[in-house]
Amino acid sequence: MSKLIRLDRTGHTELAKWTADDVASYEAAIEAFRRELDDGMLASATLNDGSAEVVRELPLDADLVVLRRPIAGG
Amino acid sequence: MEASVLAEAAAMPWRRRASDRSLTREGRIWTLWSVGVVVTFGLPAGLLISIEPLAAPVSAIFLGHGLAVLHLQARRGARGVKPIGNATDDAERTALGLLGDLLSHEGRALLAETGLALERGMLGAWLVGREGAILVRAGGHRVHCFCVRVGEGADLPPADRVAHLLLALREDEEGFATVANRNFSGATWRLRHQLAKRARPALDRARA
Repeated sequence: MSKLIRLDRTGHTELAKWTADDVASYEAAIEAFRRELDDGMLASATLNDGSAEVVRELPLDADLVVLRRPIAGG
Repeated sequence: MEASVLAEAAAMPWRRRASDRSLTREGRIWTLWSVGVVVTFGLPAGLLISIEPLAAPVSAIFLGHGLAVLHLQARRGARGVKPIGNATDDAERTALGLLGDLLSHEGRALLAETGLALERGMLGAWLVGREGAILVRAGGHRVHCFCVRVGEGADLPPADRVAHLLLALREDEEGFATVANRNFSGATWRLRHQLAKRARPALDRARA
């Protein structure tokens, strides 16, 4: 089960869950994902080696996609 | 680390992208500047004593002024990183849970002990706090301190701010170092003296 979460003031909010064989859940996740990107969030998919990758399309096979706000120099 | 480009770094085309080479060069510039401070204050102090030994107290004040400048620089670096504390409400506990999921078992234990998240990358070992990060370079003798934060993150729990920075760092390490503002570079021992005692084990672990 893949998860789309958003980091926010509640700690984080789970926006969607999907599986590769459930098209409806994946499409709902894509909709939520695009809405958040339109609001200025950035998406990061956690890879198996522990690194992360910027994503602009929701990857079907990612275990976890995290939506975060932009960072800036302090 | 993945070769993807951090969106925030791509939005700053006027800033030269940080790299292993640029960090080495900046480190040397910081060292030269520190030597310059010591010479500027130390040389007149030494000359004064050689001319008039009774002026030693004045020389000591002068030399102390120079050392204070170096001390303040390292303190600025140490204070910028801001470790997280213990979770006190549900949001903080939730955020801390996610941050723990992003870290290894060793990383979670270190976070609980020191309030800093350890991430090893190509440029060195990073210690990430709420509003900054420390980069310990290969060999462990030099550190670079960076001020970096979530752009509009005042409402976020502290652990969430660390998670933001950690994800950005994992996305593009050099981009992260490009976006962040440097506030100190120097010998690791100088920074260690200025770090909160609780955070010092994290620096020791990053050097290992």
